[in-house]
Amino acid sequence: MTRQGKTWLVIGAVFVTLLVVRGMIGQGLGRVYVKRTDVTVNMPDAVDMNTAAASSSTTTVAPTTSSNGKPLSWQEWKQVAPLAFAAAQKANPAQTEITLSWPRTIGLWLAAFFTLAIFSFLYADNSFYKIAESLVVGVSAAYWGVIGFWDTLVPKMFGALTPGLVKSMVQPSLVSPEPLQQISMALALILSVMMLWRLLPRGGWISAWPLAFIVGVTAGLKIVSHVESDLMAQTAVTMKPLVVRVTDASGATNMWDSWWASVANVLLVVGVICCLTYFFFSVQHKGVVGGAARVGIWYLMITFGAAFGFTVMGRIALLAARIEFLFDDWLWLIDPNHLRGL
Amino acid sequence: MKRIIPMWIAIIGGFAMMLSSFVPLAESAGEVFADIFNVVAAIAFVLGAGSLAKQHLEKLSRREAGWGYSVVTLGSFIVTLFIGMFKIGVHPNPNFPQAAYSGSNDAEGSAWSWIYEYMLTPLTSTMFALLAFFVASAAFRAFRAKNTEAILLLVTAFIMLLGRTFAGVVLTGWFPEWASGLRLENFSIYIMQVFNTAGNRAIMIGIALGVAATGLRILFGIDRSWLGGGEA
Repeated sequence: MTRQGKTWLVIGAVFVTLLVVRGMIGQGLGRVYVKRTDVTVNMPDAVDMNTAAASSSTTTVAPTTSSNGKPLSWQEWKQVAPLAFAAAQKANPAQTEITLSWPRTIGLWLAAFFTLAIFSFLYADNSFYKIAESLVVGVSAAYWGVIGFWDTLVPKMFGALTPGLVKSMVQPSLVSPEPLQQISMALALILSVMMLWRLLPRGGWISAWPLAFIVGVTAGLKIVSHVESDLMAQTAVTMKPLVVRVTDASGATNMWDSWWASVANVLLVVGVICCLTYFFFSVQHKGVVGGAARVGIWYLMITFGAAFGFTVMGRIALLAARIEFLFDDWLWLIDPNHLRGL
Repeated sequence: MKRIIPMWIAIIGGFAMMLSSFVPLAESAGEVFADIFNVVAAIAFVLGAGSLAKQHLEKLSRREAGWGYSVVTLGSFIVTLFIGMFKIGVHPNPNFPQAAYSGSNDAEGSAWSWIYEYMLTPLTSTMFALLAFFVASAAFRAFRAKNTEAILLLVTAFIMLLGRTFAGVVLTGWFPEWASGLRLENFSIYIMQVFNTAGNRAIMIGIALGVAATGLRILFGIDRSWLGGGEA
């Protein structure tokens, strides 16, 4: 066994021992409790469904209340605090309304395992980290694919091309598509098929057409949006008065606040001009232009410093959240939200 | 033909989008193009997924080093896709019980929400949390107060870090009222409102000009590098 392998073995053994000890002390380790709720709805009969389908072309269907239809019932499980379970058990030890959820408890332990697996990379690259990394890739790819399918493809493309199917299976309130919408979605379908052609061994050039569409539309969209919201809007809000008069409630000028507000506006306007001068490479950065460009660099350095500080803080906040998850949700060592009555 | 037609598709699509912002009559055309764009962009995910699957299957069939991780990637991808597409464990929307798939994947208790809560969230957030160590380590190695610019960057980063935490209050909270602007929590706000705003504003203006120039080069057919094939 290699030296690193031995180190992992020791770390693992110590960790499991601590976990077992923790499990035998006090309230034990992380568990998830759920409360059962029975849901019953009446299935609309055929007449109701036809009415719903007819009315759905213009309005949203109201909740079904038909008493003629066959009732459909299921159970929903909402997560509750361990304190709620303890209270329910105390009131009635035979109660089954609030119970331990094995799937969610296993999920909690898996989440803890994944968290530790990724943190293990801080010591060295290892199999646990690689498994977690592979899972991130697989789950994320499928996640965004599914989001795209249900949020875009089903309501837009299938809703336009097969409205009957979408109404009966997914969205009875779907508004019947206009002919133009159906034509445009048929075009989208053709472009989509052409795009998927890239996966085939021959005729890859066919996928250039939908790619061209994406490139062109993105360019058209971005030109307008960036010029409008960045260039025009940012230039407009930089047109600030360089001398500001701040008044108090009685209408008298507050000299101190006026001074600071004016300085702030001057620094802001000068900063934007100097930074833009630095970005302007058609003139050599010498003399006045060079001086302005240098001041621009200072402003940019301050901006990057602030951005760096915020990035670090954001990551540390995430780190704190993960550590809180481990110590609160999983190990039950702390109870900041008073969910377990520690 | 392989280059001319795509170029014209890009030109027509791009100008239609631009015109829709300026000509009221073309507004609906812009919406139609936006809808088509959204659908094709969503299909691009399928292409990405197909590419991912192809790459890992090739790795698997060749038994390359680390093929076991490809099994994990493919397995998690297929399981997540199956659960999400078929809405496993999702009950119908009580308003539309007749529609089997009317419920939301995000409903509590569904298999999809289980994956999101116990797999995707811990995995991705821990990945990002890990960056805290690497950013700090890289900063420690790379940041040296060698010149004015580096000093400005370092000092600003420290002020922001201290000013947005309780450490700033502890360090400079004793400053008298007349110098309250120099308290780190106030000074960090001033930096954000003035210096950071100025820098970011110039960057945004620069980006907007760059996007407009690049976009127009594509729409006028001057820049054709995106078509590939080496010919600019």
